[in-house]
Amino acid sequence: MKHCLIVDDSAVIRKVARRILEGLSFRTSEAEDGEQALQRCRSEMPDAVLLDWNMPVMDGYSFLKALRELPGGEAPKVVFCTTENDVGNIARAMRAGADEYIMKPFDKEIMTAKMQEVGLV
Amino acid sequence: MLDADFDYLRNYLKERSGLSLSAEKRYLVDSRLGPICRRFSLTGVPDLVTKLRQGRDRALETAVVEAMTTNETFFFRDKTPFDIFRETILPQMLSARAGKRKLRIWCAAASSGQEPYSLAMILDEARAKLSGWQIEIIATDIAAEVLEKAKAGVYTQFEVQRGLPIQMLLKYFQQKGDAWHISPAIKSMVTFKQMNLIKDFSQLGQFDVIYCRNVLIYFDQPTKTDVLRRLSSALAPDGVVLLGAAETVIGLSDALAPHPAHRGLYVASGKGAAGRGTADPAAAGADKIRVPSGGLRIAAGG
Repeated sequence: MKHCLIVDDSAVIRKVARRILEGLSFRTSEAEDGEQALQRCRSEMPDAVLLDWNMPVMDGYSFLKALRELPGGEAPKVVFCTTENDVGNIARAMRAGADEYIMKPFDKEIMTAKMQEVGLV
Repeated sequence: MLDADFDYLRNYLKERSGLSLSAEKRYLVDSRLGPICRRFSLTGVPDLVTKLRQGRDRALETAVVEAMTTNETFFFRDKTPFDIFRETILPQMLSARAGKRKLRIWCAAASSGQEPYSLAMILDEARAKLSGWQIEIIATDIAAEVLEKAKAGVYTQFEVQRGLPIQMLLKYFQQKGDAWHISPAIKSMVTFKQMNLIKDFSQLGQFDVIYCRNVLIYFDQPTKTDVLRRLSSALAPDGVVLLGAAETVIGLSDALAPHPAHRGLYVASGKGAAGRGTADPAAAGADKIRVPSGGLRIAAGG
């Protein structure tokens, strides 16, 4: 069973994402910001990270750059899931090592398509 | 709604679009024709049926058919039919057509354009191998409204996220406000044309690849058989047809046979009509279709 770490400061978004991902046979864990997410990754590197951009303490973009520096941190598929919908920011995220990008709002079909795209469904 | 009105609509849709409306789909009539009634200031479906019976309002007739046909589509829908095109069909065609350097593709139920544009993007990705090739993508649909959307090539954020990899979004679309506009280069690779599959389409000429996905499911058995027979006539002897995952030729056509390795892919069996249509598209009148001069213009991307 693939493990997806859901990183979002909104409990509602984490809950929605968790339901969809569990429906796709993922095991999930959660973090409320980038710093917490890094701690989780240090103890157990997930197969995928669903990542918000704007969060307190450490934002998603900073987390992504820090993740890719960790031992084994190049492995997880990182899918941004954010309201940062500007094409410039999307390109920036992809250059920083994101694998896919979901623009909120999203639904099950979009999440499924993106997880298929990164080869986890 | 009276049974007589429902029966009238069933026959009406069958005759004009081939759509087979079963009794279980009766609920669709109210949900889809309600907005049409409001648009044409009609009091309800019975009033609409009365107007249709009078047969004097072409705009209403078109609106009813378009509202009842299903236009759901998205980029790279079901993924596999596009992987097959990229990995199997295109390499085979590049080899088989190396002499003529011509390839004709038909999307027979193109809806709002995501399917032909997906193929155009795949072809653009392979442009290094296609230098000097003339490639036509003809995209047809019964519904004028969705074809207008397809021609515009403008999609919502929701639409571009359904199946389109983010790198392709960045490469082939331009963001303007909340909308995403497909690049002019990709748009110019596709020729859109209104076409009813239950009517004669032989004027389109012969094709190497035909995508006819998720439309036969709405037809009854005799209509499916008839459409498949004419599709196979429009197919080159070594051409291929792609149907939807829930569709098959089995029991309907012996001119096409399932490909042993790829579900949804069909090849000419040699038993039926495949390849016996008019061999020369220009002679068949395909020159009447607006095709970009020189066929495919390989896009520069970006």
